[in-house]
Amino acid sequence: MSTLDSKIPEGPIKDKWTNHKNNIRLVNPANKRLIDVIVVGTGLAGGSAAASLAELGYNVKAFCFQDSPRRAHSIAAQGGINAAKNYQNDGDSIYRLFYDTVKGGDYRSREANVYRLAEVSGNIIDQCVAQGVPFAREYGGLLDNRSFGGVQVSRTFYAKGQTGQQLLLGAYSAMSRQIGKGRIKMYDRHEMLELVIVDGKARGIIARNLITGEIERHSAHAVVLASGGYGNVFFLSTNAMGSNATAAWRAHKKGAYFANPCFTQIHPTCIPRSGEHQSKLTLMSESLRNDGRIWVPKKKEDVLAIREGKKKPTDIPEEDRDYYLERRYPAFGNLVPRDVASRAAKERCDAGYGVNATGEAVFLDFSSAIMRYGREKANMLGEHNASEERIKELGKEVIEAKYGNLFQMYQKITDDNPYETPMMIYPAVHYTMGGLWVDYNLMTTIPGLYAAGECNFSDHGANRLGASALMQGLADGYFVLPYTIGDYLADDIRTGPIPTDTPEFDEAEKSVKERLNKFINNNGKHSVDYYHRQLGNIMWNYVGMARNAEGLKKAISDIRALRDEYHKNVRVPGSADEFNPELEKATRVADFLELGELMAVDALNRNESCGGHFREEYQTEDGEALRDDKNYAYVAAWEWTGDPSEEKLHKEELKFEYIELKTRSYK
Amino acid sequence: MNLTLKIWRQKNKNDKGRLETYQVSNISPDSSFLEMLDVLNEQLINEGKEPVAFDHDCREGICGMCSLYINGEAHGPDRGVTTCQLHMRKFKDGDTIYIEPWRSAAFPVIKDLVVDRSAFDRIMAAGGFVSVNTSGNTQDANNIPIPKDDADKAFDAATCIGCGACVATCKNGSAMLFVSAKVSQFALLPQGKVEATRRVHNMVKQMDEEGFGNCSNTGACEVECPKGISLENIARMNREYLKASIISEDEE
Amino acid sequence: MALTGLFLVVFLLEHLYGNLLLLKPDGGAAFNEYSHNMTSNVFIRIVEILLFLGILAHVVNALRLTIENKKARPVKYAVNKPAANSSWFSRNMGLTGSIILVFIVIHLSDYFFEYRVEGLDGDETIYGEVIESFKNLWYVIIYIVAFIFLGFHLNHAIQSAFQTLGINHPKYNPIIKKTGAALAFIITIGFTFIPLYIYFTMH
Repeated sequence: MSTLDSKIPEGPIKDKWTNHKNNIRLVNPANKRLIDVIVVGTGLAGGSAAASLAELGYNVKAFCFQDSPRRAHSIAAQGGINAAKNYQNDGDSIYRLFYDTVKGGDYRSREANVYRLAEVSGNIIDQCVAQGVPFAREYGGLLDNRSFGGVQVSRTFYAKGQTGQQLLLGAYSAMSRQIGKGRIKMYDRHEMLELVIVDGKARGIIARNLITGEIERHSAHAVVLASGGYGNVFFLSTNAMGSNATAAWRAHKKGAYFANPCFTQIHPTCIPRSGEHQSKLTLMSESLRNDGRIWVPKKKEDVLAIREGKKKPTDIPEEDRDYYLERRYPAFGNLVPRDVASRAAKERCDAGYGVNATGEAVFLDFSSAIMRYGREKANMLGEHNASEERIKELGKEVIEAKYGNLFQMYQKITDDNPYETPMMIYPAVHYTMGGLWVDYNLMTTIPGLYAAGECNFSDHGANRLGASALMQGLADGYFVLPYTIGDYLADDIRTGPIPTDTPEFDEAEKSVKERLNKFINNNGKHSVDYYHRQLGNIMWNYVGMARNAEGLKKAISDIRALRDEYHKNVRVPGSADEFNPELEKATRVADFLELGELMAVDALNRNESCGGHFREEYQTEDGEALRDDKNYAYVAAWEWTGDPSEEKLHKEELKFEYIELKTRSYK
Repeated sequence: MNLTLKIWRQKNKNDKGRLETYQVSNISPDSSFLEMLDVLNEQLINEGKEPVAFDHDCREGICGMCSLYINGEAHGPDRGVTTCQLHMRKFKDGDTIYIEPWRSAAFPVIKDLVVDRSAFDRIMAAGGFVSVNTSGNTQDANNIPIPKDDADKAFDAATCIGCGACVATCKNGSAMLFVSAKVSQFALLPQGKVEATRRVHNMVKQMDEEGFGNCSNTGACEVECPKGISLENIARMNREYLKASIISEDEE
Repeated sequence: MALTGLFLVVFLLEHLYGNLLLLKPDGGAAFNEYSHNMTSNVFIRIVEILLFLGILAHVVNALRLTIENKKARPVKYAVNKPAANSSWFSRNMGLTGSIILVFIVIHLSDYFFEYRVEGLDGDETIYGEVIESFKNLWYVIIYIVAFIFLGFHLNHAIQSAFQTLGINHPKYNPIIKKTGAALAFIITIGFTFIPLYIYFTMH
C-alpha cells in the first residue's frame, strides 16, 4: 500500500497556514491572464472559488447543471454558519472551533485542515458582510449569534432559517460581477460528463449542453470540482433532485482517490415519506428537539390503530407511550446527537412501532412544551388560576413565536396541525462527509484537479457539526483554493492555451457519446427512477444508519445485480441531441450504482463505529459507537481499478498532535 | 384522485406548441404537484411516449427552479408556496388542470414547460453586486453597525428566489419586483449604498433591454410571489432610480 | 405617466371648482366670468398649452407602454385568472383611459372648439350652452359614464403614481391610498352631480 502525501506544512499548527501562504509560489497578474481554470459546480464552494479566481485574474469557466448558478443546493441550508469571532465574549477561539470540529467528527479528520478552517472562519463573515449579505442583527446594529448542537459557545451567524440562501446569493453576486466583466464565462444548464487528462494532468472536461444535447470540449490549465455530495445515492434524501456524484465519480474513475465514502450523515428530524411516489425529503430544523418529545406507542395494537386511523396520537394515554430517547438516554433525553437519535428511531420502527402507513415515522410531540410554556406565560401575566384551555392558548403563542415558520411548513406539506397533534418525523440522508481525497492544497491525486466543498472529504471526519458545511464551502472557495492553486499554476505560465483537438479529448468525447447512445438505444423496460428507487432501498436498508458485515455483503451483491439489470433494461426516451432530463438522470444513476457499491465496500472495510458510520458489531454494551483508534485512525482512500469491489485501498494515517483521542460520551 | 391534465407540449424553441390532454389516476392527495407530474411521466415512459419536461430541483421551495402556470395562476392556487410545495389536496377528484409554462418574451420556452430565465442572470451581472474583492482583508464585520430594521428589510428583499413568478403573473410581463428586490437589498445596507446610483441605472437598463414589460402597479406580482416580496421594494427602486437620474453626472 | 397624470389630476380639481360655479344661483354670472378669465389670462393660456401637452404626453406614453407590454407577452395563457391577484380596473387603465379620451374629444369639440375657435353668437353665453347640453338625457348619460370610468381610473392612478415616484412608506401608504380614493370619489361625485342637478332641476 502506498502512502498518501497530504503535504501538510511543517511547523506548529497555528503557523502552518501562514507559513504555507508565505512560501508557495505565486503567478503574477500578467501571467494569470494566460491561464484558464474550469470550476464545476456553483454552490458555496464553486461559486466563491470561481469569483475569487476571476478576481485574481484567471480566465474562469464555470459550469452548473441548473439554469442559473444561484440555484445550487447550498441554497437550501437553513441553520447558520460557524465562525470563531467570539463576538459574544463566551470564550470562543480558533482553537475551540478547531477542537469542536475534530471531536464532532469523531476524530477522523485531518488536524491541519480543520485548524485552517477555523482560522479563516472569521474572514468569511467579514467578507460576506462586505458583500451585502443581510445576517441577523441585534438592536445595537451588531451581528447576532445563536448556538448550535454539540458546542458550548454561540458562534453561529445566521439569516433567519435561510442562511444558505443568503450566503449563496452573496457568492452568486460576486460571480455575477465577474460574469459582467467577462472574467467568468458561465455555462449554465451544462453537465460535466468526463474529465480529460493530458500527460497525467487534469486539462479539461467534456460537458453536455443540456438544452441542445451538444457534447462540448472545454480545456483549462486546472480543473476545480465543487459539485457537492452524493446523498442522492439513497434516492430519498434532503438533497435536491439534481444533486449528483457524476463529476466526482468520473474524476475518480480517471484516477482521483475517493476517501471515506461510507461516511454519510443522517439527520433525525425530517418529514417522513408519505407514499411510494415520494420524490424527496424535507428537513425540519434540529432546533425542534429542544422542545419536542419523541415517542412511539408502547403497544402494537395502538400502533395499528393509529396507522389505520382508528385512533389519534392524542388518544394514547401517557402510560402507553414510549418516550424511547428519554428511556434509553436519561441524561441527554431528546437532545442526544444526530446519529444516536436517528439510530434509535430506526430501531423502534424496525421493531414495528412506526406510526404512519409506511411504518417509518415517530412522533415529535410539543404538547408538554405547550403546557409548560403556557403555564409560565400565565404566571407572567398574573393569571394564576388560568384554565387548561387558556394555558394551552398561551403556550401555543410561545411555540409559534419560536418555531412558527417551521410549523407552517410542516402543515403545508402534511396537512396536519402540529399545534394540535404531534409531528411525525423520520431520519433522512442529509450530507456526505466522504468525497474526493485531497491534500492540504485541496488537490486530488490527479495533478491539476482540485476538489472543494462537500465534494471533497476534507474537514468533517466521520460526522459534520451543524453550521459547518457552509463554513467549509466558503473557506475552500474564498480563502484556500485561490492561494493554493497558484502554487500549481506557476508551472503553467508558458504552457499557452490547452488545445482541444488532441487524442485525449477525442477519446474522452467518444466515450461520453458512446455512453449516452447506449442509454438511448437500450430500449429497455423500466424508467431510470424505477432502478434508482431500488438502489435507494438497498442503500437505506444495508448501508444506512446501522450497518453490519452480513448486510453490507448483501448490499454489494444486490447492487451489482441491480447494476447489470439497469444497463440491460433501463429505458431512456427521446434522443441525445435534445433537452432530455431522463438521459441526464440515466448517467447520474449509472454512477450512483457504482458509488453505492464502493460505499458498502468502504463500510465493510471499516471495522469500527465512528460518527455517521455505525457498525452493529462494534458497539458498547449500551449501544454506543465503539471506535478503534488503533486500527482505523486513517482516511480510507480508494483507487479505481475497474470495478467498485476491486478498488485498491490507500491509507492516510491520521496523527493527532494537538487533540487527545477520546471516546465521545452522551450519557 | 383522478385528474385530467391539459399540458403545454412544445418540442423545442422553434416548435409552435400545443396543449395536450392526459389522464392520471390514483394520485394521493398528500403528494406534491411535481410528484403528480412524476407519476404522469413514469406512465408516459412506460407507454413509450416522451415525458413532460419541467424545471425543478430542491423541491422544498428555496432554489427557485420550479415554475408552472397552473389553472391560470403562477405556482398554482395556493399562496406563499412554489409549485414544488403545492400539494394535490388543493385540487378535487375529477378536476381538469391546465399547466402552462411562464409566458414572457424574455423567458423563451426551451421545451414543454421549461423556460429560459437567463435574462435574470444578465440583469444580475449588470449590477446585482457590491464591488468588493473576496480578499478576506475587508474590515471586521462589526465595524459598521446596521440598524436592525434595515438589516431585516434587506433580508426580506434578499429572500427572492428568482423563480420568475412575478414576470409570469404580471399582465405586462414586467420584472420590476425581481429587480427591485435586489436593488432594495443593497440600497438598504451601507455596504451597498456606495454604488447604489450606478447599480440601479445599470440593472434597470439591462431589464429594459431584455424585453420585459412595464410596471403598471396592479400589485399582482406581490400576491403571487411565493416569498412575499413586497411592492415597497418597487417604490424604493423607483425612488433610487429617480434619484440616480437626477443626480447622476454620467451621460446616460 | 405618474407626473403627467398627477398634473392632470390638479387640472381636474381646478376644472371641478370652475364647474361648481354653475350651481351658483346667479344666472351664470360667476361661471361666465370664470370662463372669460380662462380665455383672457396669459398665464392660463400657457397652462392650457401645458395641459394639452400633458394630455398628449399621457396618451402617447400610454400607447408606447401598451405596445411594449403587449410585446412582452407574445403568447397568451390558455387559462388565466388575473382576478385572483389584482383588480379589474388596475389591469384596464388603457381601456378606461381610452373611454376618457373619447369623452375628452367630444367634450372639447362641444365647448372648447365652439367657444374658442368658432366664437359664440351674440346672445349666447357659455353658461347657457352648458345648461342646454345638460338638458339632453343622452349627453348626461355619456357624461356620467365617462366620469365613473374616470373615477375608477383615478382610484388606481393616484396611488399608483405615488408608487411610481417612489413615494412610499409603510406608515403613510394607507393614507396615500385613502387620499387617492377620496380624490377620485370627490372628482367623480363633483362632476356627475352637476349635470344631474341641472337635468332634474332645470329640465
